[in-house]
Amino acid sequence: MSPAFLYGGAGILLFALGLWSFLVHEPLLRKLIGFNIMGSGVFHLFIAIAHRGDGLPPDPVPHALVLTGIVVAVSATALALALNSRLEAADANASASAHQTHGRGADEHADDAKRRRWPTR
Amino acid sequence: MTSTSLLFLPVAVPLLGALLVTAFPRTSSILGVTAALASSAGGLWVTAQTWLHGDLGSVLGGWGLPLGIGLAADGLSAALLAMSSLVGLGISVYAIGYFAGSERCTHFWPLWLLLWASLNGVFLAADLFNLYVMLELLGLSAAALGALTGSREAIAANLRYLLVGLLGSITYLLAVALLYAGYGTLDIGLLSERLQPSPLAATALVLMIAGLALKAALFPMHFWLPPAHANAPAPVSAALSALVVKTAFYLILRLWLDLFPAIADAAAAFVLGALGAGAVLWGSWRALRAQRLKLLAAYSTVAQIGYLFLFLPLIQATPAGAARDDLIAACVLMAITHGFAKAGFFLAAGLVQQKAGHDRIDELGGAAQSMPATTFSIALAGAALIGLPPSGSFVSKWVMIGGAFTTGQWWWLIVIAAGTGLAAAYIFRVLGHAFGLEPTPRCFLTNARAELPAFLLAATSGVLLGLGAGPLWSLLGLSGGHA
Repeated sequence: MSPAFLYGGAGILLFALGLWSFLVHEPLLRKLIGFNIMGSGVFHLFIAIAHRGDGLPPDPVPHALVLTGIVVAVSATALALALNSRLEAADANASASAHQTHGRGADEHADDAKRRRWPTR
Repeated sequence: MTSTSLLFLPVAVPLLGALLVTAFPRTSSILGVTAALASSAGGLWVTAQTWLHGDLGSVLGGWGLPLGIGLAADGLSAALLAMSSLVGLGISVYAIGYFAGSERCTHFWPLWLLLWASLNGVFLAADLFNLYVMLELLGLSAAALGALTGSREAIAANLRYLLVGLLGSITYLLAVALLYAGYGTLDIGLLSERLQPSPLAATALVLMIAGLALKAALFPMHFWLPPAHANAPAPVSAALSALVVKTAFYLILRLWLDLFPAIADAAAAFVLGALGAGAVLWGSWRALRAQRLKLLAAYSTVAQIGYLFLFLPLIQATPAGAARDDLIAACVLMAITHGFAKAGFFLAAGLVQQKAGHDRIDELGGAAQSMPATTFSIALAGAALIGLPPSGSFVSKWVMIGGAFTTGQWWWLIVIAAGTGLAAAYIFRVLGHAFGLEPTPRCFLTNARAELPAFLLAATSGVLLGLGAGPLWSLLGLSGGHA
C-alpha cells in the first residue's frame, strides 16, 4: 500500500465522518465542525495528490487550491456563526417580551436559550 | 484591446461596484444603480462579442493555466450572461424604490453586486476550481442577502440555505479533487479530452451532480428553497429564484454536455428526469395549496427547475443532430424564460405585498385591482410559467413534447400535461382575485419606476422570448430551430 493511497484514503474517511456528523447532529456548532472536518478531508486528499514521487518537488497546484479552500471554509463558518448569533438574539428578544406578558422568571428564559437549537424541518 | 482580453468585465465591474458602495455607503443607491448599469452593459457586451466572433477565452494577467485564472465564453454562457444582465438591471432599478429611505439599502447594494459578480463568474469560469470559488461566493452572498429582513424566519431559513449550499459545494470540491488525482488538470476542455469511462470518473460525476442538484433544489432536495425564497425582500427573492438556482442547473447542463458525455448514460439521465418529474408534480401541487403569494412563487420555482431536468433523458436518448440541438436550445430557452418570468412575478408580488401589507392570496383582491400594471405583470409572468403561447416556455414545451414522442418516452408527457394543468390552476387562483367588484383606477401605471421593471421582465418572458427565440439557436451555435 503506497503512502499516497494511505493519505488519500484517510482524507476520504475524514470526509465521510464529517458528513455523518453534519447530517446526524442537530446543533449548529456540531454541524459546522462536521463541515470543517469534511473540508479537511478534501484538503487531505489534495495534499496526497500533490506528492509526485520521492525526491521530486511536490505539485504546487493542489497546494494553491487548499489555501483558497481554507479561506472559503473559514469565511463560510464565520457567516454561519454570525447568522446563528442573530438568531439567538432574536430568540432572546422574543422570550424577553414573553416574559413581560407572562411574568416568567429570568432563570426560565435563560434555560430556554440553553435548550434552543437551530430549527430543523 | 481585443474583445478576448475584456472578458473579465462582467465579473470585475460589479465587484468594483460592490467595493465602491461599501466605501461610500451614503450614496449607495446612486453608486449602486450606476454599477448595475455598467455591469449590465459589460455582460451584454460580452454576449454581443460571442454572438459576433464565436467562442471567446482569456487568461487573466497572462498567467497560464493551471495556476492562472481562465475565463471562457461560449453560446451557453453568453445566453445566461444576457439573462443575468437584463434581469439584474430590472432588479436594481426596482430596488431603488423598494429600499428607499431604509437603512437596509446600504446592506443590499454591496451584497447584491457581489452576488452579481459571482453569478457572472460562474457563467464565465473555464476551470473546475474557479467554479467552486464562484459557487461559494454566490452561496455566501445569497444567504446574507436572503436574511436581509432580519426577521427570525428569514434568518433561520437562510442559515439552513447556507448549510445546504456548503454541503453541496464541498461535495463538488471532493469530485474536483478526484478528477485532478486521475487526470492532472482542472480545465474543462482538457479534462473532457482526457476523461475515460472509469470508476473514478463515474464517482466524480455522481458527486458533482449530487452536490449541484442540492444547490439547484432538485426534488427531493428542495426543502430549503421555499422558506428561504419566500422570506427574503422582493428584489432578493427575484434574484435568488430567477438567477441563483439557474447557476447550479447551468453547471449540471455544462458538465453533462461538455465534461461527461463519455460517462453519462441513459440510466443516470432517467434518474435525473424522474427526480425532475417529482419536482414538477410536487412543486406545482404545493404552489396550488400555498396560502401566500411569495410561497406560491417559490414552490413554482421548484416545479420549473423540474422541467429543466426533464430535458436530460430526452437529450441523452436523441442522437447528435438537429433534433438534439433543438432540445438543448429549448432547455436553455426554458431556463431563460423562467428567469425573466419569475423575476417579474416576484417583483410584482413585492409591490402587491407593500400595498396590502401582507401577501395572503385570498385577501389580495383590492390591492391587486388598484394596480393594473402590476396585476398584468403577474398575468404575463404567469402565462410564461404555464407555458401559454407566445411565451418562451411554450416553444420549449413544444420541443420537449416532440422529443418525448420521437424517443418513445411517452411517460414524460403525463408529467408535462399534469404540471401544466396545475400551473394554470395556481396562476388563475391568484388572478381570480383581481376580478372582483372593487372600483378600479383609470391609469394603468400607478408608480412607474417600481412597476415598469416587473412589467418589462414579465413581458419579455411572456411575449418577446417566444416570438424572438430564433436567435438563441444561432447564439448557442446549434443547428435545427425549425420549431
